[in-house]
Amino acid sequence: MLLRHTSKEVKERNALTINPAKTCQPVGAMYASLGIHGCLPHSHGSQGCCSYHRSALTRHYKEPVMAGTSSFTEGTSVFGGQSNLITAFENMFNVYDPDIIAVHTTCLSETIGDDVSQIAQKAYDDGKVPEGKYIIQASTPSYVGSHVTGFANMCTAIAKDLPVYTEEKNSTINILPGWVEPSDMKEIKRIMKAMKVPFIMFPDTSGVMDAPMTGTHEFFPKGGTKISDLKKSGSSAFTFALGKFCSEDAATQLKKGCGVPFETMEIPFGIKATDRFLMKVSEITGCPIPEEIAVERGQLVDMITDMEQYLFGKKVALFGDPDTIIPLSEFLSDIGMVPKHIVSGTPGNYFMEKMGEIVPDANVKNGPQADMYLMHQWIKNESVDLLIGNTYGKYIARDENIPFVRMGFPIYDRVGHSYFPLVGYKGAIRLLEKILTVIMDKVDAEAKEEKFELVM
Amino acid sequence: MSYEKLDEYMLDKYPKKIYRKRQKSVVVNEPSEIPEIQANVRTVPGIITQRGCTYAGCKGVILGPTRDIVNITHGPIGCGFYSWLTRRNQTRPESDQSENYIPYCFSTDMQDSNIVFGGEAKLKEAIQEAYDMFHPKAIAIFATCPVGLIGDDVHAAAREMKEKLGDCNVFGFSCEGYKGVSQSAGHHIANNQIFKHVVGLDDSRSDSKYRVNLLGEYNIGGDAFVIDDLFERIGVEIVSTFSGNSTLNSFENAHTADLNLIMCHRSINYVADMMEKKYGIPWLKVNFIGAAATSKSLRRIGEYYEDEDLKARIEKVIAEEEAKLNEKLALIKPKTEGKTTMLFVGASRAHHYQELFNELGMETLAAGYEFAHRDDYEGRRVLPTIKVDADSRNIEELHVDKDETRFSQELQDKKAALEAKGVEFSDYDGIMAEMAKGSLVIDDVSHYEMEKLIEMYKPSIFCAGIKEKFAVQKMGIPLKQLHSYDYGGPYAGYEGAFNFYKDIERMVGTKVWDLVKAPWLSQSAMNASYVKVS
Repeated sequence: MLLRHTSKEVKERNALTINPAKTCQPVGAMYASLGIHGCLPHSHGSQGCCSYHRSALTRHYKEPVMAGTSSFTEGTSVFGGQSNLITAFENMFNVYDPDIIAVHTTCLSETIGDDVSQIAQKAYDDGKVPEGKYIIQASTPSYVGSHVTGFANMCTAIAKDLPVYTEEKNSTINILPGWVEPSDMKEIKRIMKAMKVPFIMFPDTSGVMDAPMTGTHEFFPKGGTKISDLKKSGSSAFTFALGKFCSEDAATQLKKGCGVPFETMEIPFGIKATDRFLMKVSEITGCPIPEEIAVERGQLVDMITDMEQYLFGKKVALFGDPDTIIPLSEFLSDIGMVPKHIVSGTPGNYFMEKMGEIVPDANVKNGPQADMYLMHQWIKNESVDLLIGNTYGKYIARDENIPFVRMGFPIYDRVGHSYFPLVGYKGAIRLLEKILTVIMDKVDAEAKEEKFELVM
Repeated sequence: MSYEKLDEYMLDKYPKKIYRKRQKSVVVNEPSEIPEIQANVRTVPGIITQRGCTYAGCKGVILGPTRDIVNITHGPIGCGFYSWLTRRNQTRPESDQSENYIPYCFSTDMQDSNIVFGGEAKLKEAIQEAYDMFHPKAIAIFATCPVGLIGDDVHAAAREMKEKLGDCNVFGFSCEGYKGVSQSAGHHIANNQIFKHVVGLDDSRSDSKYRVNLLGEYNIGGDAFVIDDLFERIGVEIVSTFSGNSTLNSFENAHTADLNLIMCHRSINYVADMMEKKYGIPWLKVNFIGAAATSKSLRRIGEYYEDEDLKARIEKVIAEEEAKLNEKLALIKPKTEGKTTMLFVGASRAHHYQELFNELGMETLAAGYEFAHRDDYEGRRVLPTIKVDADSRNIEELHVDKDETRFSQELQDKKAALEAKGVEFSDYDGIMAEMAKGSLVIDDVSHYEMEKLIEMYKPSIFCAGIKEKFAVQKMGIPLKQLHSYDYGGPYAGYEGAFNFYKDIERMVGTKVWDLVKAPWLSQSAMNASYVKVS
């Protein structure tokens, strides 16, 4: 057994987290920054933070992740990080020539109280920021929230500094996609185009974290939301904030700064969340949902009805991020499955409220000590038929012989998430296919010879 | 060769002050008169570096591979999360019941209230919870950046809990990420604490005739397993490996060995030096990466013990293995000969892996370390001349005295006699002595410098880590990860050498790179068409 020390008996813990179902804020901020075209993320802290975050994102995407660090030393920690950050700005603009630098803080720079906005202002004042270039900054101490809130904070920083207020609004809508894969962002864009909805999406990591092999390393790949579009987003008629945890703060900021009204919705994972999203988009924009999207919905429902016998009553354990788990739990329930054990390291009451509505009978915990160790203990007490979560789930899946679908961050050991979406009806078809494949592979692997089925 | 060109590139992009600083870390090698290189100095902010932090060096590198210590990261969740299973330290517990905490990540997950009011109480509670749940033999605590700043005393917490628990060794590491200039400081801190709190606790001796420690071998991809097997065949017991596939007890017992063998000089030479001072155990530099280096290292062991039977066993293993391997290499070498490589990694691998490339007939055009010191480049002879700067001064140097009861004068006498015969102890000549004249040596290479090197030299293969891998490959050059081995390996010993030869043969010979350019980009456009698009 890989996790041989995990016992069935659940003891209350107040201080020790074991096998976390979250990581820290800065990596989310770095990921969000990569969704702006021409942006160089910068980590204001020790070198290790930047190195760890770049490594994590690189392992997940198998793509280059470029980012700078303020390389704090003990002296910096005593005297403050201003001089390091100004040097970093100068070097990054000189050597790598980004259009924008997105700074996020770390537990170190936050603990010593560096004021990054003041330092950035000084860089502007001292002429260290070339004409037409930008610095934005987000506060992301690692001892608050999780990677999810770090993502949200950088989205909010983008929404605060770049959109330009105009009295006149146009018919464009803003879409904040939340922390999803580049493939998911691309899929949402496809659907919007199919509906003929004019939109601006930010952040948008498609074309960045799924860049093609060309024989040239494009330091700033073609994708990402253009700064000109971010500026225009202040003139949009409406904002869709997908995922309360990831996107609502940024939409609130955009409303405050530019007067763009918004609605927070679930990330469109599964059938009902997609239904609600598309209907709301249609209602706001007046653009009808086209036949091609209706067909995709029909195909999804068709597949569910075809394969319902393999899904009904199957118990599922999930771990991951709240904005994903909320619509995912709803979808799993819709297709007859039973979400049973759910943990999310990201704190927030809204998650518990929604779980209470969607899966009132499940074991659910979020925030401190809501970790994979606890979920594994629950599984030992009541087994499940399916596990959904990031790569770290493979240890539990192997020990307990549970079919496992990788979804979330990070996925270090499989590919595909960059290219094949899980959002929308098409994405739900793929998710369903993944679920069915692992469940049915287990049936095949374990069936007695006389019970081994050709047609399933 | 193209040094001037690289220099021009650096001058072109770097601000003056930065250029002057980076210039000192880029040298053209001259093995007959080794030039001075600047190393182990602060990275310039914003330059995009390969380097990580002290915590990574301490918890990730040195203590990560030990399976039966509960390693608690005291800090916000990220540090523990990122160092959780990502370094491929393979371990083989004695049985299904034996302790193995490597698949677990333990953290105090500090919240803002802990930063404001202090985290020591939470740390002690976490230690208690870990003890109550797992009853481990030892609990180690690793301090992350905010811990030092808010004044949490991990050592006091460790002392108190060790006392309270009674049967559990608890010790702490002040390995805050901002200490030092790279991972290297973390190695030193780890060495110190393991030496202070663990080494020497168990005096029991097995009755093996030859007993050595293998220092600085972390069992990435199973390297230590291969070395273990070789040692078993020659009849030498490895008392402890620091720290691949290791256990707490093996460290406790390490001082009973009669020779220390050092693989990775940078990360572990401190323990070797301290063990020699306290216990009189001499150390030899070895390298089990590369077939020739493996043979040479095995022979050094035979030379040390001056035992003809042992020497005969060693020669037998060498003869058998080399014959087998050379036969296989003969089929591979025609495909790799004349190709070129660059290595920018670690503080031993950029050196050791040149052995394997030499065996493949490949030329190393440039190499450098991520976190080495000048002695790893220029050899230990420069140690007295290395200036200790502020960043190194804040890393504790343990004062070590002779252990009067356990110090082995016999081993020291043996060392003196062998030295008289020309055997070199406590020595490492560094990377530059073995690199070609005119090759480039670059410390803490920046991303910009790396891309320019690749553009200029177009090496057949580039060796670095995960952060560099896909940027380099986007340029059409295959990159071999020498931290994680691209999830392959082992690469140590003869078995490992063959694995490496095969991997490099595949990488320099693969046709996948031919697919990069779409065919329509290189063919003339068709001038006829069936369908005209209006």
